[in-house]
Order: sequence, then C-alpha cells, then structure tokens
Amino acid sequence: MSGPAHMRTPLARVRGFGTAKSGTEHFWRQRLTAVANIPLTIAAVIILIMLMGRNQAATAQILGSPAVAIILMLFIISTVAHMKIGMQVIIEDYVHEDSSKLTLVMANTFFCWAVGAVAVYALLKLSFGL
Amino acid sequence: MADTRSLERRTPAERPLSPHLQIYKPTLTMMMSIVHRITGGALYFGTLLVAWWLIAATSPTAYARFQWFAGSWIGRLILFGYTWALIHHLLGGVRHLIWDTGRGFGPSEREWLVAANLIGSIAITVLLWIFVLLTMGVS
Repeated sequence: MSGPAHMRTPLARVRGFGTAKSGTEHFWRQRLTAVANIPLTIAAVIILIMLMGRNQAATAQILGSPAVAIILMLFIISTVAHMKIGMQVIIEDYVHEDSSKLTLVMANTFFCWAVGAVAVYALLKLSFGL
Repeated sequence: MADTRSLERRTPAERPLSPHLQIYKPTLTMMMSIVHRITGGALYFGTLLVAWWLIAATSPTAYARFQWFAGSWIGRLILFGYTWALIHHLLGGVRHLIWDTGRGFGPSEREWLVAANLIGSIAITVLLWIFVLLTMGVS
C-alpha cells in the first residue's frame, strides 16, 4: 500500500497521513457534519413546514429573524460541507481516470461552494436588508 | 526487459479479481447501503431547491414562481421524493453512526436496523405530507 516499510520516514509513520496526505480528516469531518445535520435538518424541516402557504412578505420576515436565519445558515454550511465530502467519495469510487477525476472533484467543490454561497447570501439579505 | 516480458506472458490472465456486486446474493443490508448512497446523491442536487427557495424569498415575483413550481404536480412529486430521500438518508446516517461505535452488527440487530430505517423513512414521509396537506387545506 505504501511501499516497503524502510521507504517510509519515521515522521510519515507517526503522522499516519498516508498517500492522500490528509489522514482521516475527511472521515472525521463527514461524521462531524453528519451529527450536526441531525438536529439542523429536523429544525430546517420544522421551519419549512411553518412557512408553507405563507406569502413572500411573511416568509421573508420569518426567514430573516435571527434564530431562524442562524439555524438555516448552520444547516446550509453543515449540509454543503457534508455533501462535498460525500460526492467526492462517490467520484473517487467510480472515476479512475486521473484527469476526469480531478475535473469532477474540482467541479464538485465549486458546486458546493456556489450553492452554499447563494443560500447564505439569501439569508443575509433577508436578515439585513432588502 | 526481456525477463519481465516473458514473466508477463507466463502470468495467467485469470488472476483472482476482487468480487463485486453481481457475485453476491442481494441482501437487505446491501441494498440499503446502495440506497444510502443514491439518496445522498439525490440530496446533493436537492440542495439546489433549498437554495432556490431561500433566494426566491427575497423577491415577490421570484417567490411566486417558486410557489407555482412547488404547487405543481411535478414540483410536488420532486418535493415528496426530496422529503423521503432526506429522511431516509438522515435515519441511515444514524444507523451508520451506531455502526461506527461498533454496535448493532449482530445478525438480527443489523437486519432490524435496516428494516427500521426503511419503514421509518416511509412512515415519517407519509405522515409529514398528510400533516402538511391537511393543515394547508388540501389544494
């Protein structure tokens, strides 16, 4: 997996980062965001149900209120971080050709940041001024 | 060089390969593992709906367009699917977190967990939609 044992420096062995140079960071962050997503998703669903059938003015007012905006921003950030890692794992599992894999991993990162930026921007706008 | 080539030729073509999906009898835990990944992939694009909803809320015309979509039959179908995927992936995530602690791997426990995941996600989705449609006065 990582070549003959004598090729590895003691530092590399201690760090345990492996060939991806990131160790278990992705694994850990996927669990961290998964745990965060449980209460945040439940809260987001409750907020969504509360807002169903209301007109835009009422919806905008509620979405822009501090508690709702903060909860939804946390939900968006945690979700976007979670789905970025998840999609990267899927890409790495099924795409084996280097250039297309890199392109897709990059596109995935851009997509997640863009979706997150749009949603957070909307919440900030609803909070601080239309 | 010549040595390696002759070595290559002598290597039998039928080396043992890592067995993949088609070689196993489908089991519920295996199908639910696949469904967890599929629902995750669907939710990835479903997040676009959340972003659209939030950005639409900043303007009356944009919100009217979103509400028209959400009320159309295709919109409702997509939202129903999104609800189920969300709840299924959430419960599946809890199952995986339980498994991460090393618990729940026994023959009956794991079957019970995946069954609860599937039945729970369907039941919660249907109940949520009945509740929402009733409170909204079914239109």
